[in-house]
Parts: sequence; C-alpha cells; structure tokens
Amino acid sequence: MISQHFPILQVVLPLIAAPVIILLRNGRAAWLLATTVSWVSLIIALALLEQVSAGGVISYAIGSWPPPWGIEYRIDQVNAFLLVLVSLIAAVVSVYSRASVDAELPREQHYLFYAMFALCLAGLLGIAATGDAFNLFVFLEISSLSSYVLIALGRDRRALMAAYQYLVMGTIGATFYIIGVGLLYLMTGTLNMADMAHRLSGVAEVKPVLAALAFITVGICLKLALFPLHLWLPNAYAYAPSAVTAFLAATATKVSVYVLLRFYFSVFGASAIFLALPMGQILLVLSLAAMFIASTVAIFQSDIKRMFAYSSVAQIGYITLGISFDSATGLTAGIVHLFNHALTKGALFMLLGCFALRLGRVSFSDIGGIARVMPVTAFGIVLGGLSLIGVPGTVGFVSKWYLVLAALESGQWWIALAIVLSSLLAVVYVWRFVEVAYFHQPDAKLAKLKEARLEMLVPAWLMIAACIYFGLDAELTVSGAAQAAATLLQGVR
Amino acid sequence: MTIAGHIAGYFTYWATIFVAMAGLYIVIARGNLIKKLVGLGIFQTSVYLLYVAPGKLIGGTAPIVAPEFQVYSNPLPHVLILTAIVVGVATLALGLALVVRIREAYGSIEEDEILDQDEPPVSPDTASRQA
Amino acid sequence: MTPATNILLALATPLIGAVLIVAAHRVPNVRESVTMVTASVLFLLVASLTPLVLAGERPEVTLLEMMPGLSLKFKVEPLGMLFGLIASGLWIVNSLYSIGYMRANDEQHQTRFYVCFAGALASAIGIAFAGNLLTLFVFYEALTLITYPLVTHAGTEDAKRAGRVYLGLLVGTSIGFLLVAMVWIWHLTGTVDFQPGGILLGKAGNATVGVLLALCVFGIGKAALMPFHRWLPAAMVAPTPVSALLHAVAVVKAGVFSVLKVIIYIFGVGEIAGLKSVDWLPFFAGFTIIVASVIALRSDNLKRRLAYSTVSQLSYVVLAAALLTPLSIVGAALHIATHAVGKITLFFAAGAIYTAAHKTEVSQLNGIGRRMPWTMGAFTVGALSLIGIPPAAGFVSKWFIISGAIDGGHYLALGVLIASTLLNAAYFLPIVHAAFFRAPDAGGHEHGEAPWPMVVALSITAAMTIALFFFADLPLRLVSQLVGMRYGQ
Repeated sequence: MISQHFPILQVVLPLIAAPVIILLRNGRAAWLLATTVSWVSLIIALALLEQVSAGGVISYAIGSWPPPWGIEYRIDQVNAFLLVLVSLIAAVVSVYSRASVDAELPREQHYLFYAMFALCLAGLLGIAATGDAFNLFVFLEISSLSSYVLIALGRDRRALMAAYQYLVMGTIGATFYIIGVGLLYLMTGTLNMADMAHRLSGVAEVKPVLAALAFITVGICLKLALFPLHLWLPNAYAYAPSAVTAFLAATATKVSVYVLLRFYFSVFGASAIFLALPMGQILLVLSLAAMFIASTVAIFQSDIKRMFAYSSVAQIGYITLGISFDSATGLTAGIVHLFNHALTKGALFMLLGCFALRLGRVSFSDIGGIARVMPVTAFGIVLGGLSLIGVPGTVGFVSKWYLVLAALESGQWWIALAIVLSSLLAVVYVWRFVEVAYFHQPDAKLAKLKEARLEMLVPAWLMIAACIYFGLDAELTVSGAAQAAATLLQGVR
Repeated sequence: MTIAGHIAGYFTYWATIFVAMAGLYIVIARGNLIKKLVGLGIFQTSVYLLYVAPGKLIGGTAPIVAPEFQVYSNPLPHVLILTAIVVGVATLALGLALVVRIREAYGSIEEDEILDQDEPPVSPDTASRQA
Repeated sequence: MTPATNILLALATPLIGAVLIVAAHRVPNVRESVTMVTASVLFLLVASLTPLVLAGERPEVTLLEMMPGLSLKFKVEPLGMLFGLIASGLWIVNSLYSIGYMRANDEQHQTRFYVCFAGALASAIGIAFAGNLLTLFVFYEALTLITYPLVTHAGTEDAKRAGRVYLGLLVGTSIGFLLVAMVWIWHLTGTVDFQPGGILLGKAGNATVGVLLALCVFGIGKAALMPFHRWLPAAMVAPTPVSALLHAVAVVKAGVFSVLKVIIYIFGVGEIAGLKSVDWLPFFAGFTIIVASVIALRSDNLKRRLAYSTVSQLSYVVLAAALLTPLSIVGAALHIATHAVGKITLFFAAGAIYTAAHKTEVSQLNGIGRRMPWTMGAFTVGALSLIGIPPAAGFVSKWFIISGAIDGGHYLALGVLIASTLLNAAYFLPIVHAAFFRAPDAGGHEHGEAPWPMVVALSITAAMTIALFFFADLPLRLVSQLVGMRYGQ
C-alpha cells in the first residue's frame, strides 16, 4: 500500500522535484511542478494526520533498517499538525507565487526560484517528519541554504546582505545545534530521538548533557529568532521577494519552534535535568522582552514589511511564552498560536506582496490613500492586523485567550496583564497602517494603480478567511493543539 | 586529576574548543566578508573534530569482523561527518557566491563600507524619487 | 417561527440590510428605503420576542462553539430585551433623521455611512441578546470597530485624531481589562454564562471579586466611567446622526448595559451586596457624575456639552447599579431607556440647529426658538427629561434610583444625585431660556426649520420622551423581572 510510505513520500517528493525543476529550465513548467508537489504534499500531510489521529504514532524505517539503527521517521500528533501547516502554507503560497514572481524576478531566474522553493519545502517537511537528530540537522541545512538563496533573489541589493547575514547567523545556529547533538550522541550512543530520550534518564554524568541542552537551545533559538537572537530576521523578511517572505514567515520559524518543543519535551523531558534548570524562567523573560521590545521597534519602522517582520519577532515571543509555562494550557496556547500566527502572517505578507506588485516597494510614504485604489488588499491587511491585535472573531483572539488562561493558571496574573498590554502595542502599529492607507489622499502616481491580480488576491484572502474561520470556530485547531500538547507532556510526566 | 592531566586526558576536546572559539572570533571580529566565511568554516571544522575524535580508539580498526581484530573504531561518526562536510562545503560555496554578488552590487566586500552605502537609511522622500 | 430563529434573524437582518445597501449604492432613494425597511423589520423581530420574555420565558440559541466549552450564544432576558427594543426602535427614527441630515449637509461616503450603521446595529443587538460574557465581548469589540469609520467619517486630521482616542481607549480598556477579567472568571468558574444570581458565588473571595469588578467596570470603556471617558467627547467630531444614535443610544448604552448585565448576571446583585471590596464603585460613579456635569456646564460647544452630559448620565446607571439594591437596579435599567430617548432628542435638535442655522456654540443660540419652534420645543422636552422633571421620562428612572439610594441608606449617593440634578438644570435651562426669551443676535442669516425628515424625527423622539413617562408600564414590567419583583400584582 502506498499509504504506508506517506512519511517518506512527504519529504522525498519535493526533494526530487527540485532537481527536476532545474532540468526543466522553464519558468511556467517549474511553477506547475512546484505547485503540484505542494498540493500533493498537503494531501499526504492530511492523510498522515488522519492516520495518526486514528492509529497513533507512525514509525517509518528508512530503507527498512529498524530504529534505532536506521533513520526513523516518526509521525505523532505534534508533527502531523506541523506537516499540515507547512504544506498548507506551501500550497497556498505556490499558487500565489506565479504572479508575484513574474513581477519581482527576472524571467531567467524563475525556474531557480521554484527549485529552491521545492527544496526549502522538502527541508522543512523533513525537519518535521524525521525522528533522527542528525537527519534533522541535514534537513535544517537544506531548508536554510535554500532560504538564503530565496532571500538573496530579492530585488533590492540589500537583500544580498540580508541573505549573507542570515547565512552567517543560521550556520552558527545550525553548528551550535550539531554540537549539542554531538554531545548527546557521546553520552547516549544514539541519534534516534525517542531512543535518546529513553537513554538520557539513565545517564549519570549530567554536565555534558546540560552543555548539550544549552547548545541546542541557543542554536535553535537563533533559527526561530527568539529575542535577542532575531537580528537576521527583519532584514531577511523585508528584502526577500514577497512570496518568499510569506512562505518563510509562516513556516521557517514555526518549524524551529517545533524542534525546540521536540527537544525540550520529548528528548530532555523525561530526564530530571531539564526540571533542574530554570529554562522556563529564561524563556519567559526573553519572550516578554520580545513581545514588548520588538513590538515597540515595529511601531517606528518606515517600511511596512519590516514593521510586520518585527511584529513576527514579537509574535514568536507569544509562542515561546506559551511554552515557558510548561503546562498543558501553556503548550496548547503556544501551539495554537504557532498555527494562528502562521496563517495571519502568511496572509499579511502575501497582501503586502500585492502592494509590491503595483508599487515595487511598500513604505508608509508610498501607500498614502492606497485603500482607495486597492481596497480589497488594504482591507485584507486590516483584517490580518486585527488578528495580530487579537480582536475576537479572529485567530489572534483564540491564541490570546489561551495564553492569558495559561498565565492565570500559573498564578502569575502580571503576565496576563503583560500579554494584553503588549497586544495593545499591536494596535498602534496596525492603526498606523490604517490611518495612512485610509485617511490620506492618493497622489497622482498612486491613483493610476489598479487592484492586484486575482491569482494573488484569492490565495491571500483564503488565508484571511481561514484567520476568521478558525477565529470563530477554533474547535479543530484548539483540540489539535491540545492533543499535541498532551503528546509532548506524556514524555515529561 | 591534575590540571595538566585534565588537559592531556581531554586533549581533543580542548582542541575542539580552541578551534571553535577561533572560528567564532573571526566571524565576529572581521569585517571582510570572505574572512568571515573562513571563520565560519573553521568554526564548522571544530564540529568535525568533536564527532570524529571520540569515535577513534587507539589501536582499533575498521569494524570488519575478523578473528584477529578485537578492538573496533566506531564508524558512524565518520559517516555523519562526511555529511556535515558536504553541508559545510555547500554553505561555504553559497556564502562565496553571495559575496561575489555583493561585490557586484556594492563594489566592496568590507561590511562597514557596504552598510555605509545603505545607511543612513534613505529617507522616504528621496527613496521614492529614486524609484 | 421559533424564538430561536427570531433571535438569529434579528442579528442577520441588519447584515442583510448592509449588503442590500451596498448593492443599491447608486440609487440613494432605494438605498435609504432599504435602511428604513431593514430598521422596521429589525424592530418587529425584536418586538415579537417581547411577549415571551414578559411571560417569563428566556429564549436562547447557540450559534457556534468558538473554543471548546466556549460558545457564541444568545439568550434573551428582560434587560437585553429592553436594550434591544430601544436600539432597534430608535434606529428607525434615526434613519429618517439621517436621510435629512446627510442630504442637507451633502456629506461624503453616504453608502459607507449607512452600511456601518447597519453593522453597528447588528453588533448592538448581539450585545443585547448575548447569552454569555464571551458573546458580549465579541459584539462589544465588533461595535467598536464598525463605529470607527463613522466617528472618522469626515476623514480630516481632527477626525483621525479623534479616531485614535476613540479606538485607543475602547480597545485598550476592553482588551487590557475586560479580556483579562473574562479569562479569569473562566479560570475560576469554568463558565462565562450569564446566570441569574451570578456565577462567582463561592468561587471567588472578597478581594478577587473586588479586582474582577474593577477590571469589568473599567474594562467596559463604553460606560465612560472616568478616567476612561475621553473617547466620548472626542467622538463628537462625527456627523450628528452618529452622535445621536451611537453616542446617545447604541455605543454608550451598550457600555452601561454591559456593566449592568455583568453586575446582575456574573457577580449577582444580592451576592456581592455588602462586600467590602466592591464599595468603592459608587464613589467613582458619583465623582464622574459631578465632574462631567461641571465640565458640561463650562462647555460652550453644544455637542461637547451634550457629550459631557452623556458621560455624567451614564454614571447614573453605573452608580445605580453599584448601589446594589433592587430599586436602584430597576432605576438603572429604566435610565438606559429614558436617557436614550431624551438624549437622542437633544442630539437631533443640535444637528437640526447645525443644519438649518450652521450654529454649533451655545452662545449663538439667542432667540433661535422663534425660528425653529419644533426643534427647540423638542430640545426643551429632552432637557426636562435629563433634569428629571415630570412629565418627562427621566423623572421615572431618577425616582427609582433615588428610592434605591434611600432604601440602601446611601446618603452620599443621594447627595450626588441632588447636586447633579441642579447642575443639569444649570447647563440646560439657560439654553432653553436663551432660545425662547432672548432676542436674536443681529446679523444672523434667515433660516427656518431643518429639512422635514429631521423635524419629524426629533418630534417623534420628543413625543416618546413624554410617552415613556405616562406609559412606563412596559419597561417597568420588563425590568422588575430582573430583581424578582412582581410589578403590578
């Protein structure tokens, strides 16, 4: 049965698609293949989620080498959820990317873009699917290397420097991670994460394990742009092509959060070492700093993409805040926000791409009164912004509800206040957009513009619609996240 | 154990740490983009050492089961590091390619000179006029 | 039709209306007809639920489950019924008025105006019929957002600044305080349903109740309790029909309604009466009443004076609710109704004066009553109602509030009420006096009454103000159910 091989097909299909696209050398065919692969990935991911929900954890032995000797792909509630998220975003973005890439990239680079897109997708899905710590590193680098290229494709020359800086930071992060994994391998003699968790509880010498924990934490936090390790993110998001920003903002950092979750709860969770360290407190402080400082910085940006990039740093703070509570509700909040924020930011960056399509760039000084000429796009951004604020009826509200609940459950009411106060900072930067877009008179150049193309608007609005739908009926996402949280916590208790 | 014994006993680890720190230092302290990449390469190399060294047993051979050999080295780290080397090469190649593009765009590979060309951030009005 | 479908239809009607308004945006006459018809249908739908509620039924319907255990649901109880009737009833009159105002003043973006208005009404009905705190919160925020384009309708720099204050304060307080309070209540009790007698009894201690009450009362920024009142005068940059319906009826009444509803159905009147931790509230309300009245007295701009009068009158409701006696609760609920009709009349009159004579300041109104007898007559009725002089409706609610204050031995509150009555008289009666008994200033241009739809509208609300005094029976029967009193038996 082919459905047995879904775990590997999930990763291998886009991985194979990438070189095939290079061979095709034709932009249109490349787009078609990348889009097809993305949608097939989505179908496989949904099927996997279905299988996991029905039959529990799926273990897939690559090349039929049984784990822990061979590489194991291990799909449980947590990464099945993530696979769906990543492939969903990829599917939507791939449809969107055609018009956007046509406008932003020279024709001869189109097929390279789609090759890198497929490769990046393969990397991200691989990180999510694999149960092997070293294999995870390889996929981490596959996704990272391809994303450096994708960012460097941006029109602005600053994209090159942004990509270079991301490359340096990202490589340091990945190397830190692999040092941590190396130490763990030395102590346990295994690279299989489930096996590692099992053996770690028997390790007597704790110092190398603590060092491993520290290395992995720093390495992954670089990748997920936890404050203050976020410095690469604003430039990378601001200068990358629109489709890339939408894709990476919605998936790359989220996948890194997953890796953090996997190591904290599944690998280190069962051993008492993790409980002995104040990881929760450290995450808490950094998350709060991210929420306030990054939101404040966002308010003062003149480039809208950069503004939302800083907002991403702040929103990642919410996710890690949820994790820092180390409780079922907190984890649920973190995972739900991971999903919700991916939808919101994906939609927002796609809509900004619609502006970029017509304007070339998206500074506040360029878009005065743009709501008159591109009302559909502008209104979509307002809705997405409302979700960032956490207005009820949007996904942001659901996240905020569970975060506040988790804070109150932990007995720290001041954190609850901090959460809502920081979301008020979002009001400021979102409303800055509203005022510029709606209250200014469009200048002569702007007034001639038309609404963005339908093939960009429809995917973007699909995501916005999802933001509203999952904000009104969060049953699916919340129960999915709650199950994932329960799965993670099983390792701990 | 004495300090000297410590250093001798964990010689490979001290070497690893030294190489790693040297690499990181270059990445941070040097403004030349190529030199940064060299530093990054050195930093990654430390990982190869970290993995490979403990796998080697003095007197051990490749794990081929034969009656005359009793002590085997662990081959797995070597295999892993082959992969890591490939990743490192790819990173370096990509980094160098980016530097080439950066030099085409800016005419320089010194970080501060490049940042100076884009800073102070172009004020919105002049930017829109340029565009 | 079952009551449940009626509730859902009542929510859907303004939204359908909004869609039709957009569809008819090229033909103003059709567009305005749609508004009128929608308003009438909405009122009939709401009114059709009244007999059931009077008979003691509490029709309810669950729309959807938002999060596990937390649903969007509606439940019609007497207080919501009353608020729903007021909001939908006055929408009809206000639509009539809007047509006259918007056309006479040649306002821009009229379609957007009518669409947002319909949206605001849908939100108001959602608040009125909310079956739990979450639903109330959802529609409360929706009301804030949908009224933002109305407040900033003019699109000027002033409007933008006012919009910032409006949104900043309303969203800030609701997310900053009310959301926390709501999650906290959910954490303590596992429910956010509105239940007679409240849900906190035995679940929260004295201090917690006090903190929660503060979070709720200040979190409901629309109730304009000082120091979170500034959005209300700021919002007066909006066109007058907006000020009239939204800032005399829908928005501000949604605020005090929510306060009242939370106190009755979350905290429980009898349940928290006498708790040490909640006795600070009357002082805040009393302070707001007096200070806002004084500011109103010193304002020359007519709309600003009305705005601060609203701030002060809203705190009557909060004060009455905070007294936690049955009579004062009845008074609070009634005051929502009586102040609504009185204040909308006053705003209508202010808008009519602006439209016909282009006058905005109190000091310009000398002798205007001779030129605009209908308008100023209605203004007088509204003023009498706010001061609380029979035969205007305001007397009835004030009577109950004062009775409640005496009943509960709150003599300080009694003093506040008396002082504020005097202040009300001091800032309204000079206007009436100047309009009718002073000679007009020289140099004014000739003008008559405002366009007829406006005059008809304000006459209707003035008549309602009087009628509510003589026929206070229906609202009394409704609100007496709140406190378990059997009115008229």
